[in-house]
Amino acid sequence: MRVGLFVTCLVDLMRPRIGFSALKLLEAAGCEVVVPATQTCCGQPAYNSGDRAGALSLAKKVLAEFGDCDYLVAPSGSCAGMIRSHYADLAKDEPGLAPRMAQLSAKTYELTDFLASVVKLERVPGKFEGSITYHDSCAGLRELGVKRQPRALLAKMPGVRLTEMPGAEECCGFGGAFSVKFGEISAAIAEKKCDAIRATRVDAVVLGDLGCMLNIEGKLRRMGDETTRVLHVAELLAGDL
Amino acid sequence: MEIRSMHFKARAGEKLADVQLQQNLKRAKSKFVDMRAAAITELDDFEATREAGKDLRDRTLKDLDLWLERFEQEASRRGATVLWAKDGAEVCQRVIDIARRHGVKKVTKSKSMLSEEAGLNQALEAAGIQPVETDLGEYILQINDNEPPSHIIAPVFHKSREDVSALFARTHKLAPKTDIEAMTREAREVLRPHFLSADMGISGGNFLVAETGSVALVTNEGNGRMVTTLPRVHVVVTGIEKVVPTLEDLATLMRLLPRSATGQSISNYFSVLTGKRQQGDQDGPEHMYFVLVDSGRADLVGGEFAEMLRCIRCGACMNHCPVYQAVGGHAYGWVYPGPMGSVLTPLFAGLENALDLPQAATLCNQCGVVCPVKIPLPDLLRRLREKQVEQRLRPLAERLALRTWAWVARRPAFYALGTKIGVRYLNWLAGGESRIRVLGLAPEWTQGRDFPAPEGRTFRELYKQRH
Repeated sequence: MRVGLFVTCLVDLMRPRIGFSALKLLEAAGCEVVVPATQTCCGQPAYNSGDRAGALSLAKKVLAEFGDCDYLVAPSGSCAGMIRSHYADLAKDEPGLAPRMAQLSAKTYELTDFLASVVKLERVPGKFEGSITYHDSCAGLRELGVKRQPRALLAKMPGVRLTEMPGAEECCGFGGAFSVKFGEISAAIAEKKCDAIRATRVDAVVLGDLGCMLNIEGKLRRMGDETTRVLHVAELLAGDL
Repeated sequence: MEIRSMHFKARAGEKLADVQLQQNLKRAKSKFVDMRAAAITELDDFEATREAGKDLRDRTLKDLDLWLERFEQEASRRGATVLWAKDGAEVCQRVIDIARRHGVKKVTKSKSMLSEEAGLNQALEAAGIQPVETDLGEYILQINDNEPPSHIIAPVFHKSREDVSALFARTHKLAPKTDIEAMTREAREVLRPHFLSADMGISGGNFLVAETGSVALVTNEGNGRMVTTLPRVHVVVTGIEKVVPTLEDLATLMRLLPRSATGQSISNYFSVLTGKRQQGDQDGPEHMYFVLVDSGRADLVGGEFAEMLRCIRCGACMNHCPVYQAVGGHAYGWVYPGPMGSVLTPLFAGLENALDLPQAATLCNQCGVVCPVKIPLPDLLRRLREKQVEQRLRPLAERLALRTWAWVARRPAFYALGTKIGVRYLNWLAGGESRIRVLGLAPEWTQGRDFPAPEGRTFRELYKQRH
């Protein structure tokens, strides 16, 4: 099984470690992993900013890079959601392109969804002793149905104690360009999320998307919380802490 | 109503700084969200009901003209007069004409968002006719110097009990009360003489039923019944998109509306009013009018925003919206707030008058998954963003940034170089710390939170090294 790892632009730039964690997990599941060297961005910033043409050109680029893989897997519900749920909309005006885009969409997965639902990973390499809470990222949850998958994988780690927070499914306020266009509103929403996280008194909040990760970590630290760790589910599962 | 949506960002800032408002919003939100979540479990298959609601709205809207004609025939047959208004000005004119024809001095009103769109109260006052709002929330706003509503079904969503207590004491010149029941009784006592002395009642309409020519009213306070049955004249002011073919269809939508709105299985009052008082009827108005309003709706039929016409005005989208919950309804600056308002305001009041609204959303889709008629609100907001780009309504700096990003992202060599430099720049800003406290490139980010520092090198650099 040939799996193309879509690293995502934020992992590439901010948290390369998470990319290697994803790689490790896919290999642990017995996949042959390829990492196309020319990959950049899925086009979501352009798409959500109203620039369809820019988004479409990047979608075509992703198709060219990953079209011949059996699966495309990304450590992000947001980017996987973009490819899976919106590429068809982008391609709808090009009849020749639409079916190939649909094929790509159908074989695109968020990392934990792929590990839990497709390759059914049994043994998780990571070890962690401590309490966590899980933040469900919007696109993963509402576009791809990622909810039970990361929890099922984390349940395979005996030292992990999960305490659910109220409003785990509510947005953290990131929203891509929204976070810098409406910084004040974005930070106010993040504060509510961080209050909920802190009320659970856990060692770490775990999540599956870099946008939420930067937003929540940035807000926790600004609120003076230096101890609650903010971890990507991939690094926890891979044991790369 | 005057459009102030262009000031969204500044007003949002004021609302965020309003400590009292923030407390009020928090309290009101959890009530609506929790009650809805409980109420939808009463139906065996709420999802299937949503699907049915969506289908029936789409089917009707596709042939909207035919269903409206049918409605007009049936309503006329039962003694009502159906009038049409193409915009707010025509709404005001029609209603004032009716009032003059019947020598009306005082009008009682039950809730109507369309009368807010049209600015009907101001027009009535200018014509020497006294409008009295009788929905408790709308009444509170009217006596507070005609403050606009901040929520489509809970107009005083932004107010606390203490706010209302002080306002009542000031207006009614009675001892202040803090008990909600006592305050409600006080309002009732003040309103009762108006109900009895009004010459005309104006209501909105939650739905119009084509096969019977009826209007359906969903209320919780009973004021709707007094407004529609006590005065000599009843005028319904509502949008043309509210028509449904049959009573059976009405029943389907009624399974969705109160549950989605307030988390009730059924509202306290649900009235289906058909025609004027007939011989042998014990009550009802001598004259019944419908003012059916276009105001931009007909243009949406069959177009790329047609799905918005399915909206049944339940308010679930704003109850579940993180942005609405953070800033409240007034920041949106026109009649309709929250996600549905961020779609409707640019469509009805002009794209250029509400540039912020489609942008002021995280696209989290909490609205889309609770919408009882499955309107894909984030998709519609995104489409409005596309319109802004097409019509060159975005600021130059933003257009340049986007274009540069897309250009670089298509060229892997440039991209690799750009990110390599970028990551080092960010690290330099962090100055050895795990965070950046002031980010000049995106100052709004670091006004309210830190920006975590990058690890130091890009994935692609490290991967190349290892393989």
